Parts: sequence; structure tokens; C-alpha cells
Amino acid sequence: MSTSLTPTIAPQSGASAPKERSTGLGAIVVKILFLGTVLAFGIFAAPALIRYKLWLWLVLMVAAIVVIFAIYLTKRFIPGKYLFPGTFFLSLFLIVPIVMTVQFSFTNFGDGARGTKEQTTQSILKNSVQMTPDSVLYHSSVAVVSGGDVANGPFTLFLIDQSDQAGTVLYGTADQPLTTWTGAAPTVTGNVVTAAEGYRILTAAEINTALKTIQNETAVAVPDKPDYFVKVQFGTQAYQAKATITYDQATDTLSGADGKTYPNERVGDSNCFADPSDASGCFQGQSWLQNVGWRNYARLVTNADIRGQFLGAFGWTLTYAIGSVVLTFLAGFALALTFNDRRVKAQKVWRSVFLLPYAIPGFISLLMWSQFFNKDFGLINLVFGTHLDWFGNPLLARIAIFIVQLWIGFPYMFIVCTGALQSIPDDVKEAAKIDGATGLATTFRIVLPLLLISVAPLLVASFAFNCNNFNMIRLLTDGAPVIPGQFTRRSTDILISMIYRQAFGNAGTDFGFASALAVLLFILTGALAAFQFRFTRKLEDLT
Amino acid sequence: MRVVKTLSLVATAAALAWSLGACSSGNQPGTTGAPSGTPATTAAATGPAPTSTTTPLPTRGDADLVIWADANRTKALQAPLAAWAAQNGIKAVVQTIATDLESNFVTANQAKNGPDIVIGAQDWTGKLVQNNSIVSIQLTATGIVQSAIDAVSYGGQTYGAPYAVETLGLFSNPKLTSVQTPATVEALVAAAKAGVNGTVAENPLCLQVGQTGDSYHMQPFFTSGGGYIFGKNADGTYNTKDVGVGAAGGIAAAKKIGELGQAGVLKTSITADNSIQLFGDSKCAYLISGPWAIQTIRTAKTDFNLAPVPGFEGMGPAKPPLGIQAFFVAANAKNPSYAQQFVSDLLKDTTITAAMNTVDSRVPVQTALADQLKSSDPQLMAFLDFSSAAEAMPNIPAMDAVWGPLNQAEASVVGGADPTSTFTAAGEQITKAIG
Repeated sequence: MSTSLTPTIAPQSGASAPKERSTGLGAIVVKILFLGTVLAFGIFAAPALIRYKLWLWLVLMVAAIVVIFAIYLTKRFIPGKYLFPGTFFLSLFLIVPIVMTVQFSFTNFGDGARGTKEQTTQSILKNSVQMTPDSVLYHSSVAVVSGGDVANGPFTLFLIDQSDQAGTVLYGTADQPLTTWTGAAPTVTGNVVTAAEGYRILTAAEINTALKTIQNETAVAVPDKPDYFVKVQFGTQAYQAKATITYDQATDTLSGADGKTYPNERVGDSNCFADPSDASGCFQGQSWLQNVGWRNYARLVTNADIRGQFLGAFGWTLTYAIGSVVLTFLAGFALALTFNDRRVKAQKVWRSVFLLPYAIPGFISLLMWSQFFNKDFGLINLVFGTHLDWFGNPLLARIAIFIVQLWIGFPYMFIVCTGALQSIPDDVKEAAKIDGATGLATTFRIVLPLLLISVAPLLVASFAFNCNNFNMIRLLTDGAPVIPGQFTRRSTDILISMIYRQAFGNAGTDFGFASALAVLLFILTGALAAFQFRFTRKLEDLT
Repeated sequence: MRVVKTLSLVATAAALAWSLGACSSGNQPGTTGAPSGTPATTAAATGPAPTSTTTPLPTRGDADLVIWADANRTKALQAPLAAWAAQNGIKAVVQTIATDLESNFVTANQAKNGPDIVIGAQDWTGKLVQNNSIVSIQLTATGIVQSAIDAVSYGGQTYGAPYAVETLGLFSNPKLTSVQTPATVEALVAAAKAGVNGTVAENPLCLQVGQTGDSYHMQPFFTSGGGYIFGKNADGTYNTKDVGVGAAGGIAAAKKIGELGQAGVLKTSITADNSIQLFGDSKCAYLISGPWAIQTIRTAKTDFNLAPVPGFEGMGPAKPPLGIQAFFVAANAKNPSYAQQFVSDLLKDTTITAAMNTVDSRVPVQTALADQLKSSDPQLMAFLDFSSAAEAMPNIPAMDAVWGPLNQAEASVVGGADPTSTFTAAGEQITKAIG
């Protein structure tokens, strides 16, 4: 390594002056600051990554830091210095989200499946600890033996039954069941033991810090009630509690106090503590995050209902995206042609007016339009004296969408076409005229093809954008009208709005399945765009 | 060559030194922006919205108790919470989460940077339990409306400290109808069509349906017609195998709802956006809405009377949905002891709830406070009477499978679709989605 390094660098550092300048003081300071920040970030993030056991990210981060140091600290990777930043941010902001979406699509991530199995089990067990009608409520204090550890115990509880007028002080520890205190009389202030000989009473703040430890490790047994123990509720109150659910590690099964058992079994696509008496299948609907393999994709393919609705939405997505591009382009092109003619007066004024819809924030005009189309109270029916149920009829709703799309979209096409028209030299048109072409023929045979060369890629981009034009559908119709008997898709849903409802809508969050849908959508849109770009390349052959 | 090597060494050393400095100064707990592959922390990036708070967020280290709420409740809770905290010698803050409080809370709690307590509605209960987001609490206070406690219970445990109740009532405009307390839906429609002295309202009834349906507001009619969402087991828990939407009762209710749609009493053009406003503008004889509508109508200076929502003639009583506002203790609370103490103290007496009510008036669940308020705002307190006939919508996660199909089926039927086939399909869809 070093042998090959020496000959390449030595002549450089000796011979070329500009190279030498790059290691000047300013550059070194910048380098130190930059690399220091990178390293600082690494040192800062590493403990968190280790704590959350994100080994892959740890490896990637370390690798990235090593690469950064290698690139910017040595002279071997000159092109790398320029290529690295772009590649790095591309990966971070574009590729990482895609990779993560793909990852999620193989899990059951969603409601009821966010945490680990350990968390779910603990949560179920802890929540099952409760008071019963014959539980006793105590005024409580938590203490440690003088000089003991207030954070970790062992703790002693001093308790006074809240219904006991005499205020008898009881005590107990993890090993010592609840019993009457027989030592020197403790100080009781406001029903609570505040001092006892040989003990240090914890302050409210100390109990707040250590509450989980106290609850976990100081379950004081109640002598005459075998299933009960004393649980500290907060600083000054405790109660007799009883667990109604137990967990058996060996059989991986939850058991209820009522004798029901909930074994760890697969229900639907993922595992949980199965509850045979509940149709949703899992104990309290609780599961945990797990890998479900291809089951999300399988659901997409095998479930005829979802498949049909997916295809239906896909069909409308295509119609909508193509229709939007064609309509807005035609309108924009026609207007651009008209107002590009020198005979039109006040060109600039007109052009500014046409830009107005473009200047209004999209979501405002969409919300406005959605009110305009109201059947009984909307502006449109009012003005035209019609009584059309715009968003109640699938065809009318689609027409309404195109009307709004036209209003919002034509200014963009108008700008683009105006710009492209102005770049077409007049002599081309004159030549056509001399050759005897009519105005119409000149427009369609000469101007349009020339225009398309520069505009076609924008049309493709516009198509891809409209394929995923979530705002439009969500804010204008929210998919309305609904289709009787179909519940995943609504009439005017495009794929992305359908996926959104699947992931975040009323139907609970099902990120795993929605990710699978998104991956499919990504592939579809990508394939379509690729196909179209290939098509536009043909146009470029004209030149 | 040697120069380069030395410089590299110096640069590395300097970079190390700089990074150590950067570490010690910029290392704050709670700001660990760990880029991670776990779902929870990824979603957290879009989750809690600290930017929406009116005051800068204090770091967790400063406050001994952190409560998340929406804007109205934050305002209401500020003063009483400060007083309570001062009493206990601690520092407590309430922070506004402007949007998607429920999902933000779930995400933040999972990522262990959430609050100690969240104020939410009773229908969150099941989902919060399902996501390991809250812990069960012990309510030892008395004098609380029992249905409120039931509404925040799940699987036999109490999870929230309820403090306010909401339900639907019938608003009527005395200038447009002479019957303020119609006994049946039919009487309501007749009175609205008769009008007062020749003035007939443009719309007999404002009940928000919209193109995609609103089963919460339709619930009184749905239940009166015989509809129910889930049957109940002997122990009072919901039986998710007994779906009422496509059952005989649900279909009977759908037919009545369809008839009202045909008659033009229910309209998909009346939406959440315009229904209260239309009543305020005297364009509806009646309005079915909740206590939140009162302010808008008063602002519009329209007189109104309140009555219970009637049922259909010869059919069951209308059971409007019962909504409960409650305090939930977060499962990953950093200050579990203070949180438990606060929810316990909240309902011990009416100190905190009464103070909250002076800022943000709601119908309380504590009977003692309700009695006090009866004289000051009888119209608001009328909703407490309505709530005795109300029934909480189920708070179990299986409801996720219900809302969409039921909303859509009701909207379809109002729009003229066949009630039998539509509700049968909706029932099947719900059953299938539950599993």
C-alpha cells in the first residue's frame, strides 16, 4: 500500500504548486471543523444506537465516518471528494426511506404491533394488577434503613389503613409480610409516617424516581389474603392489589384468574396471545412487532376484494393522471399560442391574470372548490340553477375533479408553453409559410413537434406527479362518492389516497400492509415513468 | 510526504479534540436524535409537534410532571395545574399538541420521549392499551357518573380519570318550529314542515352526514331503529363476533335512515363543515349536535332550545353516543408517581375541575360540580341530562373496522342506496376485517 502511495504523491507534492495550496491553513481549519463535527456526531449517536440495538445502523454509521475520513484526509480519492456529498445525501434522503418502506412491508408494524413481545407481556401483566372491592387503601411511606440506597432499596413500607381511625402503623418489606410495627413509635404527620427510628423516609421526589423499582421489588405480602400484595400507587398512597393475569414462560402462555388461557399462537398474519373468545383473536388486541415475510404481499394478491379494488384504483389513477396532463396541456398550449401572437394587446396583463390560479395556495383553492360543488349549498349549482349531486355520482365527481384540475393546472402549462414558444425561431414558421403551409398546418406540423421536444419531459414529470397527487383527491372529494358494498376504495380514490386511508384512516394504522401497497405503487410509477422517458427520447430524434 | 502525514495526524488529533468539545456541550437528554431503523423512532420524526406550543418546550429535566392536551384544555388546565404543583412543591407543565394528539402520543410514548399524562377521549382507551401506551389506574374517588368510568374501562380495568362528558342533543329554532320537544322523529319532521306563521325552514333538520358518512352523529337514529355495533357478553364486555350492523336491527334502522334520506330530511350535502353554521343562519329548524355547537350558535345570535334527540315512532329510544374526556397516565411516564398522584387528586374534590371549567366550560362528570353549574349555564348542563340516555360507543380496537364501513353505508343509504344490501355488505366487511 504505502509503496504505491509514495511514488504517486511525492511528485505531486513536490512539483505542483496549486496542490500544495490546498493544505493551507484555512483549508486545514475547515477540514478539522468538518471532520470533528462528523466524529462528534458519531460519538454522540453511537451510545443511542447501541442502546436501541440498531447494529446495522451502527455499522453503516461507522463505515460512513471511516469513508469520510479516508476521502478527506488522504489525497487518494480526489473525485470522491466531489462525488461523496451528493451521493451521501441521495442515499440518506431518498434511498434510506425506500429501503425502510420495503423493510416495513415485511412486518406487521401498526396498531397493536409497535413494541417488542417483552414490552407487550410486561404491559399486560402490569395492567392486570388491580384493586378489588375488598382491597384496603393505605396512607403509605417508603423508607430505607438509615444509610441505605434510596434508588435501589431494599425498601420498607410504612402503612396506615385509611379507614383505621386509630392510625395503627403497619410495615412490611419484600421478605417481611405486612405486620404491625412494634418498634419505637414513629412520627406521623398528616396520616403519613414521616420519621421512624433507624430508617430514612423517602421524599416524594425520590419515590417518583424509584417508583418502578419500588413496585417491582417491594411487593409486600398480605398475610390473610394469599393472592394480594401491597402496591405503592404514588408518594403517599398504596393499596392491596391482585394480579388477574399470570404468564408462564415455559409454555409461553398467559392465564387469567378466571381460568382462561391465552397461548402464543399465530392469529391472522402474526403471532399474539390468542384469545379464542374474541373474534379479533388476540388478548386485548395486543400483539408485537414481528417479521411476517411475504404475507402482506400475499394478502394483496390472494384477497380478491383488495386485488379488485387495487386494480380499480389503478385504472382511475391512470385515467386521472393522463387526463390531467392532456387537459391542462391543451388548455395551456392553446392559451399560450393565442397570447403569444403579437396582435394581442396587453400581453403581459393577460399573462399575469392567467397565473392567478397558480398563485393561490393549492390547498386553499381545493377546499374552496370542494365547497363550491356541494349539491344543496354550493356555488356551482346555485349559479347554473342545476341540482347536480356532484360528489354523489361517480361520473360527475370525476368531471368535477377534471374541472378543478384544469383550473389549478393550466397556468403551469401556460408558462411552460409560452417559454417554449418564444424559443422557437420565427424563421422556421416563415419558411413553412413560404412552403405554402396553412396556419393550422404550421402549428401542428412545425410548432407543436418543436415545442414537444422541450416540453415532453415536463409532461412526463407532470404525469408522475399526478399519479401521486394526494392533495387533490384528499382535499377535494376525499374519494367520494363511496361505492356501496366496497369499503377500501371510493369512486375517485387514486392509489395513494387509498393507501393513506389504509395506513392512517379510520381502519386503524396498518403500516406494514400500507408499505407493501406503497412499494407496489413505487414500482408501477417508476415503470410508467421509465416507459415514457423512453418514448420522449424518440421526440428528441426530431432534432 | 512527511508533511502530509504530519498534517493528517494533527488534523485527526484536532478533529478528536473538537468532537469531544462538541459532545460535552451539545449533549442534552431528550434530544437524542438517533437515526434508527425502528418504526417508533422513525415515526417520531413526524410525531410530537413541539413547534406548535405557545411557549418553548421545557426539557424533561425541568418539569416534574408533563401533561399533553389540545389547545383548549391546555388553557383551562394551566392555572389549576400550577396551583396543584405548588402545593406539592414540584414543577408541572401542560403542553399543547395541536394535531393528531392520539397518534403523536402513542408514537412519542413508544420512543420514550412522551409526556406523563395525556388528556383524551374515552374511545382512545382500547387503542392506547393495545399499543402499550397507558397504564391502569385506581380511581378511589366517589361521586362520579358511573357510565363515565365504564367508558374509560377496558378488559375490566380502569385506565382513565374522566372529567367531562359530551353527547348529542336536539337544538330547535323557535322561529322555525313550534314544537321544541318533539316526541318522535316523525313529529319533528312534521313540525319542521309546518313551520311557524308561514315561515318554513329551508332544511327540516341539520344532521351532518357528508358524502362519506358520520356514524357518530347518526348513532341516535341508528340505535332507535334497532341498530347496534357489537353485542355484549354476559360480563358486559363487547362480543365482537356479534356485529349488529348487518343484523336485522341494523337493517331495520338503515331502512328508516333511508326513508329520511328519500324525504330530504337527511342530506349528504349537510356536512361537518356547514351543519352548525346553517342552523346558526336560521336555515334549519332543528340541529342534532353536541355542546360544542352552543358557542357558534350564540355567536350567530340565533335563539335555540334544547331537548333530547327523539327516536322513531313505535321503535326504540334514541341512544346518543356518550363521549368522555379523561386523563390517561402514560406507560413510559418519566414521573409515574406524580402522574398517579395527579389523576388521583383530580377527582378527589372539584378544585381542579371547577377551575378548568371557568376557562373551558364542559359538562362535568362529578355530580357535585354539575349541581353547582346547573344555575350558571342551564343550556350546557342540559347535556348532562341527555347523557343519562346516552351510550358510549365501544372503545375497543375492533372499532377501527367499524367506522369506515358504517360511515360509508349510512352515507350510501342516505344517498338512496338499497338499505338491506348495503348494510349486509357493511356487516360482512366488518366481520371480515375483525378476522
